[in-house]
Amino acid sequence: MKTNFQLKKVDFIFNNENDWEEVLSKNLNRSRQDIINELISSELKGRGGAGFPTGLKWKLSADANDETKYVICNADEGEPGTFKDREILSKVPFKVLTAMAICAYVIGAKEGYIYLRGEYFFLQPEINNAINEFEYYCKEINFDFSIKIFMGSGAYICGEETALFESMEGKRGEPRNKPPYPSSYGYMGKPTVINNVETMAHAYTICNYGAKRFYDLGVQYSRGSKLYSVSGDTPKPGIYELELGMSLSDFVDEFGDGDTKAVQVGGASGFLVPRKKFNETTIGYQGKLTGISLPTGGSMMLFNSSRSMYNVLDNYLVFFHEESCGQCTPCRVGCQQLLKGIKSVKNGQKNAQYLDKLLQLAETMQFTAKCGLGQSVANSFSSIVENFREEMIY
Amino acid sequence: MNTVTELIKNLADQHGRQRNNLLPILQGVVEQEKYLSEFSMKAIAKELDMSAAEVFGTATFYSFLEHKKMGRYIIRICKTISCSMKGSNQVLLAIEDMLKISLGETTTDGTFSILQTNCLGFCHQAPAMLINNEVYTDLTPEKVREILSMYINKIKEGAPNEN
Ligand SMILES: Cc1cc2nc3c(=O)[nH]c(=O)nc-3n(C[C@H](O)[C@H](O)[C@H](O)COP(=O)(O)O)c2cc1C
Ligand code: SF4
Ligand code: FES
Repeated sequence: MKTNFQLKKVDFIFNNENDWEEVLSKNLNRSRQDIINELISSELKGRGGAGFPTGLKWKLSADANDETKYVICNADEGEPGTFKDREILSKVPFKVLTAMAICAYVIGAKEGYIYLRGEYFFLQPEINNAINEFEYYCKEINFDFSIKIFMGSGAYICGEETALFESMEGKRGEPRNKPPYPSSYGYMGKPTVINNVETMAHAYTICNYGAKRFYDLGVQYSRGSKLYSVSGDTPKPGIYELELGMSLSDFVDEFGDGDTKAVQVGGASGFLVPRKKFNETTIGYQGKLTGISLPTGGSMMLFNSSRSMYNVLDNYLVFFHEESCGQCTPCRVGCQQLLKGIKSVKNGQKNAQYLDKLLQLAETMQFTAKCGLGQSVANSFSSIVENFREEMIY
Repeated sequence: MNTVTELIKNLADQHGRQRNNLLPILQGVVEQEKYLSEFSMKAIAKELDMSAAEVFGTATFYSFLEHKKMGRYIIRICKTISCSMKGSNQVLLAIEDMLKISLGETTTDGTFSILQTNCLGFCHQAPAMLINNEVYTDLTPEKVREILSMYINKIKEGAPNEN
């Protein structure tokens, strides 16, 4: 079965950056409420993975009562298979800076930060040039807002918003308990809006053209376009902007090598979808279109039939084991035990039923781990073990 | 004054002496020294008036803040799935073979260290690696040998210590 929705390429994000000065001054002359309403009616949801409605996020921080507030752009981009945020920052940096400034105006912040992963150190000079030009214009129009880059140092967990704040405060990047949420207690304990780079770029489009142009793309519950980072066994690896709501089989028709066995949607913390489920799976947020709808930060990794799913899972678990901050027991010990567990089954030290124990452990982690890292290990673990059980054993 | 102490003082002057200035200072020292020695960490603690244990605790959390002596050029090869599927392991073997050291080691002349790292964000151009802050993509054993020869020649010609 195919959805009647076709895969549609869009070209919004990497276009129309030149009018940023106009977009900024135009929006600074609107009422704050007006901008929030525009974002809410666009139904833009966060593109960093969690999919929280952006308009609501800005509103919560705008309503928080504090003299000092912050806007932070999350450019930690560490999810395996994701590389779109770098492209946005290097091709259309002014969109991101402008959206940050509009957000600052809406919530009442004077300082903004871009948390850039250490691996993208080479991008720093380019972005700083853009920031200088941007701040110069802000001064010219008497808008008091400054932006600084804060560099990460090679820790995937620092992409988690509260770990990111801890890191900026000069501490170990260990996630905090939530609540309190960033909108009331973020960086330095102040109300903070933190958005993914791509979310900022879409907010720019919406503030420029209005909600409708964005809302008209995509499907119910999943509006707008999305950047996909495509890698693995594909003849055309790269970055593509597509409408949300596409079916995975349309995606594979376009990007597969003719022998696609499975697709990992959403990086190591996402889900592995086997061929038999391509038709019933769509890419979007909650709300079921047909069958399963998977949210994603945009990482799409294709695997053809030459790949061992055991090796894939082993690779992910090594990743989680290394990147777990070690703060809570379910994740610290769980990642280690899952990795040890699949090895023991593979080399015959444990029997196949042991896999069911491991599935239970993964489920326990989902409920008891402190942050999204530990909670999402079960996504890939269960989807791989359940769909490719024989490959785990033989 | 010792050069590291001086560097730390300058970095603190530049970034500030609050706790939230700690990471940029640690990064500044690693940029110059390639690692954080016990001496540096104590000096930073003193400069920022905080406990050395706090500095150590923070520094050791981050994989790019090495606390073991490293070579002038740190090679970090991506070992995550997309790169692994495209042969990052053969690239690693080629590097080990050429530099005559293993993963985690530094050449005796202190020029190169080899490390592995997680996804660098260049999965569409896999396999990828960093040499200090420089990114190299679409690697093959031949290509990586050329890249390393380039570095080795640069050093022979007496290139100044840069990144
Ligand atoms: C382990 C982990 C890593 C994350 N890494 C990133 C990241 O690299 N970039 C990002 O934008 N969001 C990342 N997030 C999501 C953030 O916590 C946060 O939800 C996001 O920055 C909010 O922005 P958005 O609403 O615009 O998506 C991560 C979450 C977790 C649990
Ligand atoms: S779930 Fe993992 S990464 Fe998150 S706080 Fe616990 S140990 Fe740290
Ligand atoms: S997997 Fe190597 S760069 Fe992403």
